[in-house]
Formats: sequence, structure tokens, C-alpha cells
Amino acid sequence: MEEARIDKKINIKGLHCPYTFVKSKIAVEDMETGQVLEILLDNEEAVINIPKSMEDHGQKVLKVEKINDTDWIIQVRKEKE
Amino acid sequence: MEFTDDQLQRYSRHIILPEVGGKGQKKILNAKVFIVGAGGLGCPVGYYLAAAGIGTIGMIDNDTVELSNLQRQIAHSTKTLGVHKVDSAKATFEALNPDVKVVGIKERINKGNIMDLIKDYDIVVDGSDNFPTRYLVNDACVLLKKPLVSGAILKFEGQVTTVLPGEGHCYRCLFEEMPPPGLVPSCQEAGVLGSVTGVVGALQATEVLKLVLGKGDVLKNTLLIYDALRTTFRRVKVPKNPACPVCGENPTIKELQDYDAEYCRM
Repeated sequence: MEEARIDKKINIKGLHCPYTFVKSKIAVEDMETGQVLEILLDNEEAVINIPKSMEDHGQKVLKVEKINDTDWIIQVRKEKE
Repeated sequence: MEFTDDQLQRYSRHIILPEVGGKGQKKILNAKVFIVGAGGLGCPVGYYLAAAGIGTIGMIDNDTVELSNLQRQIAHSTKTLGVHKVDSAKATFEALNPDVKVVGIKERINKGNIMDLIKDYDIVVDGSDNFPTRYLVNDACVLLKKPLVSGAILKFEGQVTTVLPGEGHCYRCLFEEMPPPGLVPSCQEAGVLGSVTGVVGALQATEVLKLVLGKGDVLKNTLLIYDALRTTFRRVKVPKNPACPVCGENPTIKELQDYDAEYCRM
């Protein structure tokens, strides 16, 4: 699979819902359409909720991946304002 | 401006909404809303606008808090009896949300001060309890082209309408002239169920927030009537009147009048 170019990274480790999504959403809002955000997180519930909420808001989830025992990354491409 | 962590938490339930988001919340934080009256309607309107983070809330009222107010005027309390209502409300709202600046004016609104008072605000809310003020506020908002969210309550009934000058109806399109004194009783004479003011005030606050966000449809060309005894809401269409004396094609009211004198002459 082709790796997306990452335009912005945020680290929301230690945060819980809904602030995990709030922080991610604010980050997407500040980006241009077509840009990709990479989110580093360690909250398992948010790993399920963020992709769902992002899709609901019309954004494209490119990747959800567990990278070690505690952490995941989520990549989201901004599709709409 | 960047949100602080406290602001992200405080406004998280707004920011999550697709219709609001961080951008909408910033619009709310930058908005300036002027509320006429710190009573039954002004209290809930100001309370929800303060909670929402409206950056500047102007409030005018010349009265002090009385015990008979506390059955409905929720920004005041037993501890603020005798205090000016705008001071009492300012303390409540700023305690609720330090992001909000409340500008309290201890005067009666009149034709001499209204234009200066409202000119720097984005939206005006009428929570007054008398017809001369209601018509004064309507005419001033039409002349200055300020959006106006008007509310009224009596007994078990409430009314809300939103005036967008140049786009829709105004209060005079709905009721061209003031009713003669004595025809419509005041809530002092007729009573009011306290919670009805909360319903109407919350509707007004919601209209304001939608105007700030530019989302949804407001009560333009529409009067909403709430009947609390039957628990019904009725929407009445109010077309813009081309012959309206203030917002019509050939207006006869081109400057503010002497509303109190006019009312007393009737």
C-alpha cells in the first residue's frame, strides 16, 4: 500500500474521549483540503471512535495501525471543510 | 486565536457538532450580543449565551432585584436582593464563564441612548416587558439594520420572532401599532409561570447562536407561539408588509419617536 505524505502530526496520548476527537477535529480544521493528519494515541476507545467520527464528518480515514504495546496511529485525509 | 485546554474542555460539546466545530466556537467567542432587560427573558438568554461563550454581552436594565422576581429571573438570587439587576446578572454570568465580558448599563433604554448602545453589537435581543420599549427596539434595529430576536411572555404563553431587517418582516409588520394601554395586561397584573420564561429565553438564545453560526433557519417571517398549558408550538407566517411604517417601501418612521408619550396618549 502506498504511504501517504503526512502534513501534520499530533500526539494525544493520555487524553480520553471526547477530547481525543476534539483535539483531532481542531487539527483537521486548521489544515487544507487534501492534507493528511497523523494522530498518535493510546486510548483504545478513541481508536474506534475517532475514525468513525471522522468519517461521519466527511473526512477520509487512510490508516488505523497499532504500532506497539500501547500506541496506535490514525491517518486522516481532509476531504471537506 | 488558539483555544486553551480549558476552552477545549468547556466547549467540547459544541466543537464536536459538525455545524459548530472550532471555527463556529471562535465565531461565538468573537460575537457581541445586546440584551434589553435583565428580567424573566434576559436572565435565561444571558445565561445560555454566557455558557456558550458569547464574547461580549451588553445588558441594560434600570431595576434592582426584588423577591417577586426570583420565581423566574434565574440569574439573580436571594443574596442579590436590592442589587441592580445588571450587576447581579454580570456576577452570575462571569462566574459561569470567565471568557465572557458582561457590560451592564443601569439606565432605562430610550430613544436618546438606544442607537449609541446597540451600534457596536452584532445582534439585539428584546426581553423587555412593555410595548413602548418593544416598538422602540424594533424601530432602532430596523433603522440600524441589526438582527433582532424578540420574545414575549404572559401567563402560560410565549412568543418568539426573529427580525432580519432588509430580509424579512419586522415587529410592526406583525403588529403595526402598539395596543392601547390596559388592553394587554402586564405580567405584574396577569401573572406568569416562571418556567415559561425559561422556554422562551432558551428559544431566543438558540436563535442568536444560529445567527452567529450562520446555520439552520431562524424565525424570519415567522412568529412562534408556545402554549404551555396545552404544550403546543404553533408557527404563524408573518409576511413582510410592503406598507409597514418602518420597514416598508415608503416608511413614515425615519427616526425614533417618543414611544412612552405616544403610549400614554392612547
